[in-house]
Amino acid sequence: MRKLKALEIEVPEEEYIFSGHMACAGCAHTLILRVVFKLLGDRVVVVTSPSCTSGTAQNFMVASVHSPYAATAAWASGVRAGLDMQGNTHSLVLALAGDGGTFDIGIQALSAAAERNEDFIFLCLDNEGYMMTGAQRSSATPSGAWTMTTPVLQPKWEPKKNMVAIMAEHRIPYAATATIGYPKDLIYKVNKAKALKGTRFIHALSPCPTGWRYAPNLTVRMSRLAVESKMFPLYEVENGIRYMVQRPQHEVAVHEYLMLQGRFSHLGDDAIDTIQKNVDREWKYLLHREERALTKSNDGEDREQRL
Amino acid sequence: MAVLGKTEFGTYKILSGNHCVAYAVKLARAEVVSAYPITPQSSIVEKIAEFVASGEMKARFIPAESEHSVLAAVSGAASTGARVFTASARQGLVYMHEVIHWVGRGMLPIVMAVVDSGLGAPPQLGTEQDASLSQRDTGWLQFYCETNQEVFDTIIEAYWISEKVSLPVMVCLDGYYLSHTSEPVCIPDIELVDQYLPRRQSRVRVNPDEPMRLLGPQVELEFNAKLRRRTQEAMEIAKEVAKRANKEFEHIFGRSYELIECYRTEDAEVVLVAMSSIASTARTVVDIMREKGKRVGLLRIRMFRPFPSLEIIKALGNAKKVAVIDRNMSYGHGGVISMEIKAAMYNEQQRPIIFGFITGLCGLPVTPDLITAILEYTYQRGKPDGELIWMGVPS
Repeated sequence: MRKLKALEIEVPEEEYIFSGHMACAGCAHTLILRVVFKLLGDRVVVVTSPSCTSGTAQNFMVASVHSPYAATAAWASGVRAGLDMQGNTHSLVLALAGDGGTFDIGIQALSAAAERNEDFIFLCLDNEGYMMTGAQRSSATPSGAWTMTTPVLQPKWEPKKNMVAIMAEHRIPYAATATIGYPKDLIYKVNKAKALKGTRFIHALSPCPTGWRYAPNLTVRMSRLAVESKMFPLYEVENGIRYMVQRPQHEVAVHEYLMLQGRFSHLGDDAIDTIQKNVDREWKYLLHREERALTKSNDGEDREQRL
Repeated sequence: MAVLGKTEFGTYKILSGNHCVAYAVKLARAEVVSAYPITPQSSIVEKIAEFVASGEMKARFIPAESEHSVLAAVSGAASTGARVFTASARQGLVYMHEVIHWVGRGMLPIVMAVVDSGLGAPPQLGTEQDASLSQRDTGWLQFYCETNQEVFDTIIEAYWISEKVSLPVMVCLDGYYLSHTSEPVCIPDIELVDQYLPRRQSRVRVNPDEPMRLLGPQVELEFNAKLRRRTQEAMEIAKEVAKRANKEFEHIFGRSYELIECYRTEDAEVVLVAMSSIASTARTVVDIMREKGKRVGLLRIRMFRPFPSLEIIKALGNAKKVAVIDRNMSYGHGGVISMEIKAAMYNEQQRPIIFGFITGLCGLPVTPDLITAILEYTYQRGKPDGELIWMGVPS
């Protein structure tokens, strides 16, 4: 275990991704996976799918198998069943998909697996578009963004699909959002998911310098700004009912986040105002869900400190 | 269910083709099963779910939400080294087409029962082989059965072959004619099946103990191309493996099946070629024609992939004319079986004239009269009037 004093966190020293992978400079995927793999350890089978992870999966030092795009959650269900039937019930199954493999083409298999409460962790690495194929629109692309299929003359205006809420409504044991910008929070959530059984869903924002058009050294900053601007709130849902929202200690207006990214550079003040209003409304709605939670949260202080 | 009697090889029961599949999968000790209901396949998966629920079968049943996911789920289980099973039909089979390619090229041992029936639009349920034959380029072995006993036996053999050559296998049975028709079938004792079919041993599998990456994208084109050749090499080996599987099967169970089956073909001028349950009717017609002094014979194709070209060339080499019955259609060309046979025979010095008949589409009955008409047509003409001849299909 290595203690990182400044962050007050402990991470195992073992590495499970070796260097030389094909991810772009500044890709958040590998930063997130490096931490997740450290926490899950070597008793794991990873199910990958066509996504930006395809370029890094050769460098995994854990067992992994590649599934067809639409069927990652189904393939992971089968891996779980196969391991169980051979007496290997202690190994974890981790399914990895991008936002396409989660929000879009993969949602059918994922919803069905969640309804069956299949025993695996599903980690969505969300770079808010089809980035491996050159930055096209997905249903995870946020409102106002330019992509190759939503040109500046007609950017995407529909809001980002609320995937955590959809997953939570399956009443799975655990659903949460996370970023590499708040590693303590990410570690807490991965460890929490690891200790549970059933379908656990982690939605990790993965800022993409290539598709979002920003400098590769800003990935961690982008992750933090996404949370501080409340464009990507950090929260957990237990058993589909108990919402717990982590409030950022420092808040910023959305334009501070948007204006660092080329994909939003076409937006005028009116558009940014609209986005701000929508973000404020969604945040209020999220807090409302937390209030409505049947059980009173008792780890409020911990949550504050993680961010 | 009625038990008819017992022999040294097992117990005779009256079973539908679909229940034969379920019993075979149980006795093969499949560990993970997933299937999506679709007429006329559903009674296979219902029976297996019943076996699993009662504890009679020690397996995990995954009730996935679509055929695409079903095949992905059993493939995931197969990639860990488990013995798996799935079944499908019609639209379901073509819906899983992406994964069918994926695991064929990925060389995962999987056994799937396919109940042959029609494709839409418009939706139709009748017996037809379009769905399964259109999967012929996917790297799966394909068997077409004639009787319920053969369905049972072929499922057991399929595991033997599949796990030896590391390729997936489809066992195809005609919808209704086999799937929903009951006949006496010998169900062997489990000890005999265990003796024939030991537990699956797999060196290549995803397992935390020996981490490896399976089926992942490759950087080197040469490596990928090499894998394509491996799949074809495994296919070529599969013919010999299937013969060995049969030899051993005969030794233990007392029944035997070849890749192709020849009936009165030695001195035949006209040979009928048929696949699956149509062969039973055709055999009767051959006998009747023989009584009338016509030199006719029947070649039944049991293994369609890999295509047993050498065996077929040998069997048809002396015939003057060959009448191929296709209960399928490759639109824009003709019947799939006749195209395959023409391709196999083309380089032979001495080759018969090949007549391709399209018949029995959408489950229209292929009667003795219709088969007699096919033979009469072939007899009377030196050459077919066209690349394909419609027989009994309304114009």
